[in-house]
Order: sequence, then structure tokens, then C-alpha cells
Amino acid sequence: MSQQKLTALPNITTPSTPVVFNPDICDGCNTCVNVCQIDVFIPNPVKGKPPIILHPDECWYGGCCVNDCPRPGAVKFNWPLQSRGYWKNKATGEIHQI
Amino acid sequence: MSTWHEYYKEQGRAPDWPYPVRYDQEQEIDTDVLVIGGGIAGCWAAISAARQGVKVALVEKGDTVRSGAGGPGCDHWCDAPANPLSNVDPDEWAEHMADRPYANGIGIQIQCRENYDTLLELEQMGAKVRDTDDEYVGAQGRDEKTKFMISPRYGIIHSYAWVDESVKGKVLKSNPEGKRNNVVIRVWGSTFKPVLKKECQRLGVKIFDRVMGTSLLNENGVQGARVVGATGFNSRTGEFMVFKSKATILATAVAGSIWLLNTELCGISSMMSRAMSGDGTIMAWKAGAELSMMERTGVIGIATGLKHKWYTGAGDASYENVPIVDANGKPVPYAIQGWVDYGAMMPSREAMEAIQEGIRKGEYQLPFYGDFPAMPEVERKATWKLMLGEESTTKIITRTFNEAGYDESRDLLQSYKFIEGNSLPQWGQASGGPIVDWNLKTTLDGLYAAGMQMFSYEDHSFCAATGRYAGRKAVAYAREIGESKISRDQVELEKARVYAPVKRTNGMDWKELHAGIARVMQYYCSEYKTKTLLDIGLQSLQKIEKESVPLLYALDPHKLMRSLEDLSMLTYAQIIIQAMQAALAKGISLEMQMMGAPPADRSEWPKFLTIKMENGKVKTGELPLGFWGNMKEQYEAYNKDYAGVYKGK
Repeated sequence: MSQQKLTALPNITTPSTPVVFNPDICDGCNTCVNVCQIDVFIPNPVKGKPPIILHPDECWYGGCCVNDCPRPGAVKFNWPLQSRGYWKNKATGEIHQI
Repeated sequence: MSTWHEYYKEQGRAPDWPYPVRYDQEQEIDTDVLVIGGGIAGCWAAISAARQGVKVALVEKGDTVRSGAGGPGCDHWCDAPANPLSNVDPDEWAEHMADRPYANGIGIQIQCRENYDTLLELEQMGAKVRDTDDEYVGAQGRDEKTKFMISPRYGIIHSYAWVDESVKGKVLKSNPEGKRNNVVIRVWGSTFKPVLKKECQRLGVKIFDRVMGTSLLNENGVQGARVVGATGFNSRTGEFMVFKSKATILATAVAGSIWLLNTELCGISSMMSRAMSGDGTIMAWKAGAELSMMERTGVIGIATGLKHKWYTGAGDASYENVPIVDANGKPVPYAIQGWVDYGAMMPSREAMEAIQEGIRKGEYQLPFYGDFPAMPEVERKATWKLMLGEESTTKIITRTFNEAGYDESRDLLQSYKFIEGNSLPQWGQASGGPIVDWNLKTTLDGLYAAGMQMFSYEDHSFCAATGRYAGRKAVAYAREIGESKISRDQVELEKARVYAPVKRTNGMDWKELHAGIARVMQYYCSEYKTKTLLDIGLQSLQKIEKESVPLLYALDPHKLMRSLEDLSMLTYAQIIIQAMQAALAKGISLEMQMMGAPPADRSEWPKFLTIKMENGKVKTGELPLGFWGNMKEQYEAYNKDYAGVYKGK
């Protein structure tokens, strides 16, 4: 650990990861880049790779990026911790959260 | 690798800006009809204008395919009394709808007369509006013949109205006794926006996606003169656009985040995305159009940036038709917008107080839950999959729940009602905008407004029907009017304003500016609206304008867009305060009208306050409530040639 070279970065904007891409499924078609009304993403400079999340802090959580993705499983929603909803199993009473 | 910092770590550098930068370039577009805002109203305006064979340009800040509040989806086609299953007369329903303080009688009449035609056209374009796959056979409200799914919403009356004894007792004359009115249709709204864009393209509408409108151009550059075009810029390339038009339709949204301090998290819990910053209203204001309802502007929707967002339209507990139970499974008598309570969204004040008292006494245990498992299967599916699964931002919410393991047939869904606090009264509905006449023309020649852009607005189908209407009225004007001349001086002044932030690389960024504006509004234009507070608020905003705006910097075209949105909001905030000051001076009550607010004496809401800029000075005036006259008669007088489906009942 002590050998690791570090870069001096400012704090990363929060929440930083409104969606998670699966690079094995995503083929970089950029549908999500185009349907986002906020322009949260930019295309990856490397063709075929998942987009880069450039403006995560502006995300409206409208969900079109995930809903309109032509490759199931390529991009998943990742709600910020404080927005993950709760539910309860009616029979057992067990409480769950996203 | 998909976050910025991962890219940075791997590559050792930040990614290059992915689009060509063209700050110094300009494009001029000549069109008959220009539509600014490509949401529901804007798309419909463009389609309706283009059908008549004129040249149409559509300017949209995002991408038309999914932009606007209705971009992701829509669950209800509300107030469609002209549909064949309806049991009420459209004109009587419109009158009932408009019988709320400060409702927009013109838009409502258009909605009630024409939104069913609009829906049928949408279906022809490829949108899904009926249960053609027979997925919901047996659901209440489903009509086997037409396969329309009637929603329980607004079962007998408009449920945004305060449900008290006088309203409960209200029966529309045209409504046969014991029958529901059937004015709201459930729809598959996630199919809407892509087909609207496709139809625009099919009709030859020239679409300018990722272009933010920044100003309107008046003839000879004179404020208050005919509108002859607009300016804009591309938020990816920075390219400047000059649009020359015979008629212009504004169809942008209101400013949704003027009171929201947190720019990072406001998207999570506001009904409108950050992109909705009131640009159109400010463009109209600067051009000299008369606005109204600005003093009643608040944070749109019910959330505040601090709340969990579930279904922003009506509150967390409103899962339409889903029984609400307490933590022990005991039924809570909360309004459920269902068949049983005729679609009521809010409990009466007495019922609300009884629930709150019950919580304090331990009669009801928090948190409350939506008891999806208790519902008949087909009704559960109608609520979860059709209603929530097709509505705007809830589509992704239901999907995420299911993917995380939630099973609506087994699990109770938590309600956040009562455990996250209530919005303050000042965070009421935002509803200011240009005054319009029966042509949906603003007070400026050549300038029209539709949907949320108008003073007071309703919902999705209101935006669709008024957009469609404004499109045909604008064409009628464009056909009569001669060529327009734009003023080069006005273009140059605007260009200098637009590009000022990119000439600096430090100073104040858009986030700090936004939060600074929000802070002033929270201190001085909030729960208590007094002359002294408002005076300090206006001074503070003017100080921001004078001292902070010249420091504003933007490192790329995207940040420039956000910076210009802040400038819209800064002006918007000043108009709100100036309108409030004028209202106080005129003795007009500033009490916010919220969904479910108790009805005050109607005499406290005696008139519309109007406000505009004339020769660079703010001028206020008044209009009587119902200034539009008899809705039915006026509508018919202005639409003699309209060949819709509705032929009277």
C-alpha cells in the first residue's frame, strides 16, 4: 500500500455513480448518451466501450438510459444510498431495502 | 471503467471534450414556425404546424426522443371527457375543472374538447393507448369493446380540489346518477415520446436537439414589438443559432429549482429535472410579454431536495387503488386515489387530522405501507405495471424494486408519508407564465405559448392538446404575416451575453450561483411574505446580478448551458419577488394554493396579477378571474372550422 502512487484529486462529486455499466455486455452504442435529457454521459473515446459518466451530480433519475438500453444488463440503475426504497415481506415481517 | 475518476486514473488525463467546439460559429435558420421546447407541448405544436405544410423548426435543450417532464412516460390521460366512455359533458367538465382559483380556463377548455382527438392521433402514430394485448381483462374500468382502461382518478370530481362537504356534494348535471364520469384513461405513456419525435421527423420538422433557446428577437430589436425569431446555442458544441420565424411557439417548462439549495441532489426529489429552468418565461419577459401568476411560483412538485422520491405527482401514499395499512397491517383511512374513494388523492382535513391523532395515540403504527398483496391480481398489475410502470420517473423505480427482489404479490411497499415531514406551504406549485388569449397567443404578436409555458397549467394531456392547438393557430398567423426582419444589434448583444462566462476560467461557477439564488429565496421569499423581507430579497438578488454574475465562468458548452439557466432563474426569482411586492401593494392574498389546501373565501382571490417589462421598466396590472369569458362560447367562436371527434352530447 505504501508503495502506491497517488494522484491529487479534488473530492469526487456525489453521488458519483447513478448507473453501473457492465463492460462485458455494453457495446458502446451510446443510446443512453442520446436519450438522457441532462447529458449525464459522454461517449467513451474508445469506440465500443461504455460511456463515461461526466455529470452524475445532475442526474434526474429519469431512467431512460436504462429503460431504452437495447442490450439487457448493460446498464443498471444505482440509486444513491439515501434514496433506496424499503419494503416488508407481508408474511414474515422482514424489512428489505433496495 | 465508467466514472470520470476511473478514466482519469487509468489514462492519467481527463477525457477530451467529445464534441467539436464552435463558440465562434453561427448558423442562421429561416422557418415559418419556430417551436422552442421539444417536450410534450412542443412536439405536438410542431406536428400540428407541420401537417399544414409550412416550414417548422423545433428547438430542444435535451434530445426530443425523451426530453421534458413527460419524456420517460405518462400514466394517465386526464380530463378526456370527450372519450366515448365518458359520462359527462366536456364543457361542463371543463367548467368544473376551471372552477379552482387561478386555473387556466382557456387551456382547460381546449384540453377537454380536444385531448381525446389528440389521443387517437397519438395512437395512429404508434403509441399504445388501449389494452390491445388483453393483459388486463377483468380489471375495473376496462372496457371490452374499446379496450380502453378507465382510471379511478377523478371518479366524480377533480380530486386536486379540496375534498370537503361542499365538493363531495357536487354532482355534474350531465353525469347520470350513480355513474362514474370516466374522464381519465390509463395509457402506456412510455411509448409516447419516441413516436412523437418520429412523427416530427416524418413531417419534415427540422429538429435542433441539444440547443438551448436563449432569447427572442423582436422586430427592429424593440421590446414589446412583434416576435420575429430567437437565438440559441448548442450545449455540446457551443455553436450560436439565429432563428428567423414568422410565428414562434414557446413550449418550455417553468423554473423548478429556484428554492433548492443542493444542486447535486435536487434531481432525486424534484418533479422536474434541472433542465427545467424557466428559460421560455424569461425569454418572453425580456421580449416584453405580459406574465401572470409569477407571485404564486414555488418549488414544483412536493419534494424539496431532502425527500425520498416515489411518485412525485401525488405523494408517497398514493399508489392508486392500493390499500394503505399501518406497520401492524391495520387499514389506515388515507385517500388512495382508487375506485373506493372515487380517485381522491388527498384525505379531507378531518380525515388527515384523525390519522395524525391516531399516530400520536398509538392507534396507527408508523411506517405505513401500500398493501399490494391484498389486491386482486389484475388490479395489482394495473397499478404496478401499467400505472407506475408507464409513468415518467416511476418506470425505473418499479423496475429497480423488482430487480432488487421486491415482489408486489408478496411484499408491502413502504410509504414515506408522515415519516419524512411535510413540505412547507411556500413550496407550492409553480405556475407562472405568459398570459394567452383564445389563439394561445401571448400579448406579443407572433408569439404563442402552450403547455406548462402558459400561466397555470395542468397535466400531460393538457400540454399535448394545447400544443396541438397552438400549432394550428400559429400557422394561421404565419400564413398572413409578411417576411420578418431581425435586428443584428439585438443578436450581437445576446451573443455577448451568452458567451461572457466562457471568457473566464475562474470566479464563480454555476453551482455556487444557483445555491446563492436559492438561499436568498429561502430567507426572504418563503413562508412569511412581508414587504420588508421581499425588499431585502430583491436587493440581494440585484446584488448577485451586479457582483456575482460578472464572475460567472463556464469551462465547456455544457457548463455554459447550466450557467445560462442560472441567469434565467436569477431573473425569474426577481420577477417572483416583484410580483409579490405588487400583489401586497394591491391587497391580493399571497397564500399559496397547494394541492389539498383548504378553500379560502373566493373573494380573497379576486384577480390575476399581471407583470411585464415596458421600456425597460417593470409594469404591473390586473385581469379579472375568468378574463377569458364563457369558455364554451369562446372556444366555439374561435374554432368554427375545427373538425374533431367531439360533436356534442
